[in-house]
Amino acid sequence: MLNTDDEKLVFELSRPGRRAFSMPTLDVPAAPANAIPQQLSRRKAPALPEVAERDLVRHYTRLSQRNYGIDLGFYPLGSCSMKYNPKLAEDVAAMPGFRRLHPWQPESQIQGALQLLVELEEALCAVTGMEAVTFQPAAGAHGELTGLLIMRAFHEHNGDQRKRVIIPDSAHGTNPASVRLAGYEVSEVASDARGLVDLDALEKLIGPDVAGLMITNPNTLGLFEENIERVAKMIHSVGGLLYYDGANLNAIVGRCRPGDMGFDIVHMNLHKTFATPHGGGGPGAGPLSVSTRLAPFLPSPRPALDETTGRYVWTEGDERSIGRVHSFHGNFGILVRASSYVRALGADGLRHVSEYAVLNANYLAAKLRGTYDLAFPDSQPMHEFVLTARKQKARGGRAMDVAKRIIDYGFHPPTVYFPLVVDEAMMVEPTETESIETLDAFADAMLAVDREIDENPNALHEAPRTAPVSRPDEARAARDLRARWHPNHHADAHESSLEGPEGKPSI
Amino acid sequence: MDFAPHTERDVETMLATIGASSVDDLFAVIPPSLRLGGLPIPDGHAEAEVLRELASLAAQNRSADDLVCFMGAGSYDHHVPSMVWAVLSRGELATSYTPYQPELSQGVLQTLFEYQTMICELTGLDISNAGLYDGGSALAEAVNLATGATKRARVVVAGAVNPLYAGVLATQGAGLDLEISTTGWGSDGRATAVDADGAAAVVVQQPNLFGCLEDLPAVAQIARAAGARLIVHQDLTATGVLEAPGVLGADVVVSEGQPFGNHLNFGGPYAGVIACRTADVRRLPGRLVGETVDRNGKRAFVLTLQAREQHIRREKATSNICTNQTLNTLAVAVALAWYGPQGLRELGEQCLARTHYARDRLVEQAGATALFQETPIFKEFAVRLPADPVAVCEYAASEGFLAGVPLSRLIPGGDLDDALLVAVTEKRSREEIDAFVDAVARACKEVA
Repeated sequence: MLNTDDEKLVFELSRPGRRAFSMPTLDVPAAPANAIPQQLSRRKAPALPEVAERDLVRHYTRLSQRNYGIDLGFYPLGSCSMKYNPKLAEDVAAMPGFRRLHPWQPESQIQGALQLLVELEEALCAVTGMEAVTFQPAAGAHGELTGLLIMRAFHEHNGDQRKRVIIPDSAHGTNPASVRLAGYEVSEVASDARGLVDLDALEKLIGPDVAGLMITNPNTLGLFEENIERVAKMIHSVGGLLYYDGANLNAIVGRCRPGDMGFDIVHMNLHKTFATPHGGGGPGAGPLSVSTRLAPFLPSPRPALDETTGRYVWTEGDERSIGRVHSFHGNFGILVRASSYVRALGADGLRHVSEYAVLNANYLAAKLRGTYDLAFPDSQPMHEFVLTARKQKARGGRAMDVAKRIIDYGFHPPTVYFPLVVDEAMMVEPTETESIETLDAFADAMLAVDREIDENPNALHEAPRTAPVSRPDEARAARDLRARWHPNHHADAHESSLEGPEGKPSI
Repeated sequence: MDFAPHTERDVETMLATIGASSVDDLFAVIPPSLRLGGLPIPDGHAEAEVLRELASLAAQNRSADDLVCFMGAGSYDHHVPSMVWAVLSRGELATSYTPYQPELSQGVLQTLFEYQTMICELTGLDISNAGLYDGGSALAEAVNLATGATKRARVVVAGAVNPLYAGVLATQGAGLDLEISTTGWGSDGRATAVDADGAAAVVVQQPNLFGCLEDLPAVAQIARAAGARLIVHQDLTATGVLEAPGVLGADVVVSEGQPFGNHLNFGGPYAGVIACRTADVRRLPGRLVGETVDRNGKRAFVLTLQAREQHIRREKATSNICTNQTLNTLAVAVALAWYGPQGLRELGEQCLARTHYARDRLVEQAGATALFQETPIFKEFAVRLPADPVAVCEYAASEGFLAGVPLSRLIPGGDLDDALLVAVTEKRSREEIDAFVDAVARACKEVA
């Protein structure tokens, strides 16, 4: 499916004197010769490639053919919500009235942009059950940090020094990393046998030094925390706040809302639930919504409708605002796409999102569970489910082997070795935009790979055979670090050599 | 309208396989007290309707296509080569996930590797990561690197650093208990009285907020003497004519990648750039792409040194960053390849020439006074106007110009309320500059 021909580096295509750029005729006098002091002047030109535009277009086109995207096929990465990205949103984001706005333009010139933001804020509040939004966070983890800084500012405003934030042991790695950056310590609460927060363990952890609890619902194992209202009461009873990580919002859109569960702070990944493309790892957007009592702590400025004048304006917060977390107003281009998506789907369409996401996950789980064990067979999954390849591993096929072999069947593999609390984890999230035919084909492939463990083990161990590369040596990449190209690369002796452990999870 | 392909028959088949009688059954785990009746959101619309609705909102904005742009202060109207988004709009790139599965991600990984190389060449440093969010968060990450490396908490923000970047640093600094001190600028507009004693880092912007070139070697000497990392927030469009900051003593270089290949986008998505020396590579935040070989000895690219990152190291990670802004980072790489070394030099020379021309004309014909006139500038400058800059900008907009950013919006309450910050890129023709100067001159008379 992908192009397996090697593609040279752009530097290897370079020929002295060749060029792609064009520059306007210099129709003003050249700057004075001493415009830049001698000691600040560039001495040696940077070794950028010298290539024709046609070379470049072919280069990147061929490179794109060595890459897999949602537009090519099924991408069941657990916890990533890799759903179809409507092309309508791209047309809207490319409108000059959005794409060619400068962030410093005064309010009178950006009424349409501000209106779009105010209306998107209303929609996001409707979905989350919150009161106010900041659009500044550029991605989910950025939203987490912003939310935790708000949590900290809230407690400090109340003269309350707190130390710890509780997160489940199944949580995504960004949660503990964000907690530390906000100056808090991490307390991990264990999952019980059903994969839910262990309430007894939680009881032992809570106390007056707990700033809050951070959790997704459905949780990172794809299971609905049915005791969430009790959890909220427990945390609130010691003065803590509840943070909703929106990574799994896709499972409940239109069905229930974090605000009703008792959450105080909610971030959304617009590149997941609201269908903006992932872009090979961004740009996404991680707007953060909060309850009324936390609204004054949001970053500023925030867009608003001035009811008296009927004009849209930026409003500045007071001294309680934590300040800004983005150079400008957040990833506006992504917010425009999300707004297009909300307008296209409307209330009914958004409800279909969660319905079909959960239907697809349960259907696929039903087809696979006879062959691969569900990590939590007693709990019904929501929009994603976790398999364990324990049985397969015992027969000689590890989760990684299954993942690599599934590539040869034309699919992107599921997330493997995450969540960390599940042995040989394979996490599958089909999303709502896949058809029954795709799910059947993927299930057939997964079952065929399982049979191959016994019948043709080399097919797994040598997989993938059809991809542009196969099992790159990651240990070597870290040990003998080559993070840039050099003109005489392979003879180069200046590369640093670094020893260090390499991790396993791949989400 | 939605994008689920399910027919009624599909749903029946799937429910039968699951052993459920209805889709509602699958949500039975949600307590009744939490179930939602409906969303207070308008009904969905057809594609044509959404396009019409949003085109009408877009039409209520006046964009840099309607108004000739002399605004900067962190976002610049450079040319975006047509081929950049022609190739990056390809679904294989635009709709892919973070390249954790190298076998299916060689396109993104190789382009990021090429990007890292170009950033090393521009900055004169050893290692570039594969991108951050934007110029502001990149600065905060760089300071985090420096405080970790030096085990110190003091950070010196030297001279005129864009208050938006400094603002992001201050916000994130609250969680890290940073002690941030700022030095002022002297009568030449440049950093002065830099005291790096006990500091983890000295932060300087090149060119600074006023467009002035800082004396990097001098600041580097102060930082080095104190054992502090020198962090330079560098405009990379200047690196065709300005010496690489790494050569002049920078330990960490951060930048806003927007000027290369990224549209104005009302402030985002842009591209955060960070590069450092080999000694600090294990403290570098975010993704890093490395070259290796595959099972069959073929050259391959992978994400590497992942033990720095949150998905491995959790609370001990160098940063919490996960999804970054890869597609915008790729745009920087594609645009830099389009420019090449000659194009980058000409880009710098053109910005320089047009900026000097515009400043001279404003002084000669619009009654403006150049601020810090003796200090070298690159593509932006500050002038005092004989009338209120906010009113001048409003008037100039009615004549078709985004005249610049009044400094009162950047440094309120200072003595710069009569000053305007003007940016001039390679795109501004002599005709546009002359008309702009005329408009400002008229504006100063009209609104004075």
